[in-house]
Amino acid sequence: MATSQQATKGGRDAVADVIASLLMLAGALLALVAGVGQLRSDDLFVRVHAATKPATLGWLLVVTGAVVAMPTWAAATKLVLAVALQFLTAPVAAHLVCRASYRVRSTRPDRYRSERLDIDELGEQLPPDELG
Amino acid sequence: MIYAATLLVLFLGASAFLIRLVMGPRLADRVVALDGVLTCVALAIITNSAREGSTRYLSVAVVVALVAFAGTVIYARFIETRSTDGDLPAGDERGA
Repeated sequence: MATSQQATKGGRDAVADVIASLLMLAGALLALVAGVGQLRSDDLFVRVHAATKPATLGWLLVVTGAVVAMPTWAAATKLVLAVALQFLTAPVAAHLVCRASYRVRSTRPDRYRSERLDIDELGEQLPPDELG
Repeated sequence: MIYAATLLVLFLGASAFLIRLVMGPRLADRVVALDGVLTCVALAIITNSAREGSTRYLSVAVVVALVAFAGTVIYARFIETRSTDGDLPAGDERGA
């Protein structure tokens, strides 16, 4: 009886391990696809678009796999904190890089003509209550 | 076995990001590539923790992610202010 329970538990652990490693492999494949996107695309915005995939979905997949592999509170709290911080910060970082290069017009001039890049420079100087 | 394959795939992705980090051509491209490299590093740390069943280095992954975010934001401000420093509207103190 004890051996069968142990075998069941060991089997469940092995199944959880396989599920966890497959989730992590999916997240890592997103990172690989993003790296290929860095090499293949020729434009900053397309590169940022590729690079933000492992930063959010890849993190979620890898963290889910880690929680499945290590079902303890000590690991789960740290991992949930990690994925929450990443979901808050990754889009902000990508947006800031894109906005900075948009404003200084350091994108490809043949694809984004500079007269079509409108920048509302006075809008930032308005107090917040006058923004309508 | 699958963990080792995951680490290998993360290594390949980080290598591609590193190639873009070296090639450039502009600073913004390098910033994005460095962010991707650090993302791969943090994911590899989490994967290795799960492989060893140890929670010891999970905090390092959180710290790496936060450092990557801080560096990206600071470089974005630098990109934005370094070339528009001369022609900011009067009263704008972004370049200060």
